[in-house]
Amino acid sequence: MTQTLFFLLGMAVVMVIIAGAGIFWAIKNGQFDDMEGPAQRILMDDDDPRIPRYADSKLKK
Amino acid sequence: MSSTEKTCYHCALPVPPGAHYLVDIDSEPREMCCRGCQAVAQTIVDNGLADYYRHRTAMPAVGQEVVPEEVQKLALYDHPGIQKSFVRQEGEHVREASLILEGITCAACIWLNERHLKQLPGILQVQVNYATHRARITWDDQAIHLSKILEEIQLLGYNAHPFNAERQESLRRQRKAKDLRRIAIAGLSAGQVMMLAVALYAGAAFGIEASTAALLRWASLILTLPVVFYAALPFYYSAWNALLGRRLNMDVPVTLAIVGAFVGSVWSTSHGSGVVYYDAITMFSLFLLSSRFLEHSAQEKSVEATENLLKLAPAMAVRVENGQHLPVPVMELNEGDAILSKPGEAIAADAEVIEGESAVDEALLTGESRPVPKRVGARVIAGSINLEGPLLLRVTSVGENTVLAGIVRLLDRAVAEKPRLAQLADRVAGHFTVGLLVLAAVVGAAWWWQEPGRAFETVLAMLVVTCPCALSLAAPAAFAAAGSHLLRHGILLTRGHALETMAKVSHVVFDKTGTLTYGKPVLRRIVTLAELDEQRCLALAASLEQASEHPLAQSFLSRIAHSELAPVQDARNLPGKGVSGAIAGLRYSLGSSAMSGLPSAELPSDLPEGATLVWLCDAQHALAVFVISDGLRPQARELVEQFKAAGVRVTMLSGDAVDAVSHIATEAGIESWHAAQRPEDKLAKLREFQQRGDVVAMVGDGVNDAPVLAGADVSIAMGSGTQVARASSDIVLLSENLLDIQRALQTGHASMAVMRQNLAWAIVYNLLALPFAAAGMIPPWLASIGMSVSSLVVVLNAMRLR
Repeated sequence: MTQTLFFLLGMAVVMVIIAGAGIFWAIKNGQFDDMEGPAQRILMDDDDPRIPRYADSKLKK
Repeated sequence: MSSTEKTCYHCALPVPPGAHYLVDIDSEPREMCCRGCQAVAQTIVDNGLADYYRHRTAMPAVGQEVVPEEVQKLALYDHPGIQKSFVRQEGEHVREASLILEGITCAACIWLNERHLKQLPGILQVQVNYATHRARITWDDQAIHLSKILEEIQLLGYNAHPFNAERQESLRRQRKAKDLRRIAIAGLSAGQVMMLAVALYAGAAFGIEASTAALLRWASLILTLPVVFYAALPFYYSAWNALLGRRLNMDVPVTLAIVGAFVGSVWSTSHGSGVVYYDAITMFSLFLLSSRFLEHSAQEKSVEATENLLKLAPAMAVRVENGQHLPVPVMELNEGDAILSKPGEAIAADAEVIEGESAVDEALLTGESRPVPKRVGARVIAGSINLEGPLLLRVTSVGENTVLAGIVRLLDRAVAEKPRLAQLADRVAGHFTVGLLVLAAVVGAAWWWQEPGRAFETVLAMLVVTCPCALSLAAPAAFAAAGSHLLRHGILLTRGHALETMAKVSHVVFDKTGTLTYGKPVLRRIVTLAELDEQRCLALAASLEQASEHPLAQSFLSRIAHSELAPVQDARNLPGKGVSGAIAGLRYSLGSSAMSGLPSAELPSDLPEGATLVWLCDAQHALAVFVISDGLRPQARELVEQFKAAGVRVTMLSGDAVDAVSHIATEAGIESWHAAQRPEDKLAKLREFQQRGDVVAMVGDGVNDAPVLAGADVSIAMGSGTQVARASSDIVLLSENLLDIQRALQTGHASMAVMRQNLAWAIVYNLLALPFAAAGMIPPWLASIGMSVSSLVVVLNAMRLR
């Protein structure tokens, strides 16, 4: 019983350290800099320009 | 203005009759209100970005045509001397800069800018921050120049200004990252410790082996360590600083409670008896850290928005050399240079007036916003704002930082001021802290005398349960929530007291031009009086207006392409009358009827009331009459009705003539109005209202409104207004939507109500909990729950404002 508890508590501490490291990494990478933009950006279709201007001009050459 | 009027597909302003600017969008011709909007829409469509129109949720500002002069000005940004202050060198040719984007109204605007810039060759990276409207752009200087990037942004109908990110922003980012790390630590620990605490509480209720309980306690101790030794550090610093300054602040009892609870818990854990408070410590730290973080970020948002408004760097000046006007960077100015200062703009350097007469606002220096008259020979200071007429100046000394220093001072004011009620709460909390510490000592002594074993526990419970954090959070939480709610709707609070005063307003005073109306005269009709057709007359008039600074000039120029403008010889500006000049050898004049010398009897009778008539004449007779009028903003009438229904008096003060003012007043439904008011008359009227006991809110936009805005109890400036108006006002309507004034008023009322509830709750809770804690009747777990719940109630109540 106590051994299981030891193991579980140890796991909890390890998990906290991993999660903490993850959050620190995210903060350092600026993932919390803009809290509203990404939610809005996902709604825009980015990957299909109707008239790819520069691709077009390259074709003509 | 009727509702059936056509509106511009791009900016939703009414399309003036007779205008014909079409752009095919999604294979359908759409009508635009002016050439500027047409140009912007065409750019958007040509770049395959028409999706913007489908995704946008708010209307952009009116489109502007990119004029050659502006482009020439932009070229200055390529100057290495200017770039030094805001461009970072990333590699040999790779540069990075931060830009403030003006005119962003919704997420689609950001998409539009990012997408368009990314298509340009030479752009390496573009990222626009939705919250701050700032863009970070990396480019290859061999392939593209900064001026080109700025020009492309202008083509889309936005304005971009470089700004110096190094200074405040990196500091702010560092602090934010630090705060987030502390919150993350506190949150992770609190979660784990709470879980173990549940086991301990359950064990206390249903029985638990002593060894298991000891193990759980040791585990909690380890998980609490990072909170006590890292996350809670700011509280210790703040308390220590306060004690050094012989003051008591909220953080003193907070620190006492955390340190005391931790020391007590460690003692209990190592002795295997007594109570532990690890769950209370971690929860408490988490709540306090997060609420302070929220408060901070709301404050910083408004600082950032204010900075965006007050952008000035890099400052430009107009140097006069041999009669030619050259825009130059301020840092290139030398002593003895002649510079031109236009009304409404900040003066670039300390200088002496050599020509012209005007008044300047030296509020940056004196803190008092009032016009100071300047004549030839008078000295003007860098950063002061020219109010009335153009001045020719001789530079006496150059200091590149003077202007910026002034701006920083303005900003400090915005941040430093706390609302009066919040100050009151701080003071009350201070007294409360003193009382609490004294009481805790007395109670501790009493328990020590009666029952020494329970003294420590009781004092600790008292400190924890009565922690004044609910009291200290009551006001800031409400203001932060209200502020961010308003900012999301485009209302920026620049001074702390704004909301509080807004709640008391009983009289709203409006300026007319630019506030109730668009402030942009629109050419509504052309009546031809001779053989020349409308288009030809328009081309002549626009050509004559090219050189004019008069606000009416823009209404002609926006209707015609630059290619159609004819060169004008011998252009003359006759102040108060009009302009004249020779085109293709023939002499024309454009101006008021007084200039034409003709009777107005020949005109058709159905001209709109209150409109301005401009006559185009050649040497012999009148060729055409242009009917120009300024439209009422569509929300003006509704706003006035709402105010009347709420029992708020409404008055309009305008510098314009009686005819135009009475016309607009009837249209907006305002009964009380005064025309032909000079700024000092407006101020006198305002004082009169105030003496009658009214709390006056002033809404204005112009340079002439600045002293009046400063004199009102609370002042509101339109976002498009001049810099002076925005700087001297308490609230800035970035949204340009008049109904937002009503929203600000309502939010003011709501936040005062919430704040009162919060204060009442915090005081009642503390007064109720204190005697029980002192009597030793509150067990530790209840103390920590009570503390957390009392703060949570305050924060959640404030969140209702969002």
